[in-house]
Amino acid sequence: MRQYWWKVVCVLLLGYTVIAGFLLPVPALDIINETIRNLYFHVPMWFTMIILFLVSAIYAVRYLRTGDLRYDVFSAEFTKVGIFFSILGMLTGMEWANYTWGEPWSNDPKQLGTAISMLTYFAYMVLRGGMKDEEKRAKISAVYNVFAFALMIPLLWILPRMVDSLHPGNGGNPGFNTYDLDSNMRKVFYPAVFGWILLGVWISTLRVRVALYHFKRENEFEFDFEKQMTHA
Amino acid sequence: MYLSPVISLVKKDLLIEWRQKHTLFGVLLYVGATVFAVYMMAGQPETKIWNALFWITQLFVSINSVAKSFLQEHPNRFRYYFTIVHPTQFLLAKMIYSITLLLAMSLVSLLLFSIMLGFPIAQTGLFIAITLVGSISLSSVFTFLSAIAARANQNAALMAVLGFPIVTPVLMMLSNLALKAIAEVYQPGWWALAGTLLLLDVLVIVLGVILFPFLWQE
Repeated sequence: MRQYWWKVVCVLLLGYTVIAGFLLPVPALDIINETIRNLYFHVPMWFTMIILFLVSAIYAVRYLRTGDLRYDVFSAEFTKVGIFFSILGMLTGMEWANYTWGEPWSNDPKQLGTAISMLTYFAYMVLRGGMKDEEKRAKISAVYNVFAFALMIPLLWILPRMVDSLHPGNGGNPGFNTYDLDSNMRKVFYPAVFGWILLGVWISTLRVRVALYHFKRENEFEFDFEKQMTHA
Repeated sequence: MYLSPVISLVKKDLLIEWRQKHTLFGVLLYVGATVFAVYMMAGQPETKIWNALFWITQLFVSINSVAKSFLQEHPNRFRYYFTIVHPTQFLLAKMIYSITLLLAMSLVSLLLFSIMLGFPIAQTGLFIAITLVGSISLSSVFTFLSAIAARANQNAALMAVLGFPIVTPVLMMLSNLALKAIAEVYQPGWWALAGTLLLLDVLVIVLGVILFPFLWQE
């Protein structure tokens, strides 16, 4: 991912999302009104979060297969950025729900699902924080990462069948696709999803580069007298 | 051939349990004291609250009793086991042991609940079956997490933190299922829920068997 063209694409897509997302016409609906534009900013956060957690789990598997500590760095940094996006998604969703559902928190299964995945990955960070030894930390947290991710997916799929949903498109509520007759919203929504996912990956790769730099610095072993010899 | 070390490991754990009666009675006392505390707080509540309290009690009892499976062993003893059995055999033995322990404990807590907090259940057999399925799910998840906590040199609190988010949806499914057993009318659709729960148990065990060997290497 050293090429930069996808970063240009990301900036262009997000610029388009912000401009078109606020200016293009949207269907006028009761209660929802202009808040429908939140679709371009809130929903892609979830997609990004899931993608980042998926990448993190894949790197955890790769670490377990190879034992290369750099994969552990990748896994940890993608998780951190995933947590960041889950917080952003939660905040934008609660702000929106405050105006449309009348309260920021209403036990919606998607809110519950996000809360559960946030708790899972907070626990992952706590687990990592408790260990000093690098190899051990990498191995144990990779095992927990894979275990939690593999269990979370079916659980998130089961949850909506346990509680009723208020979300558009669930629990008898019409989804946005039924309002969007002339596909105007789709023209913004799909680019927005790709833009935000690219942004998430971009932030993660930057963090990975910094973390890898620190990792190399710490693992470069040099005796004091060697330093003096080389500098003399 | 494959199962004989598993059986002897389970036997060893149960024998230790029987010989060191103070830990077994400690867990029993924990169950009794918890149910008593719940009774003092709630008295004899209505059906839905009864069900919720029962499953919360199950959660805490499972954390307390399953934590013993890995955390009670001295870390150095793992090296000895490492030399004589395959890791999956060891994990399966620990899972069978903690499932047995939790099955017994959940029957005890069901008995105590029915004595102290009243007995609102209409279909007793079905409710007992759900309790047994519930203890299998809870103990298999927590056994694996206690292995993680033990390897990280941490205590049962970390195991609980790691487990709560995963176990919460399972508990929701269990309490929904149990409510169907409490109702006097036949409730359709409980089979799908029970099947999903069993599939989830299978997934937990398969994941454990795949991942545990990595956890065990030093």
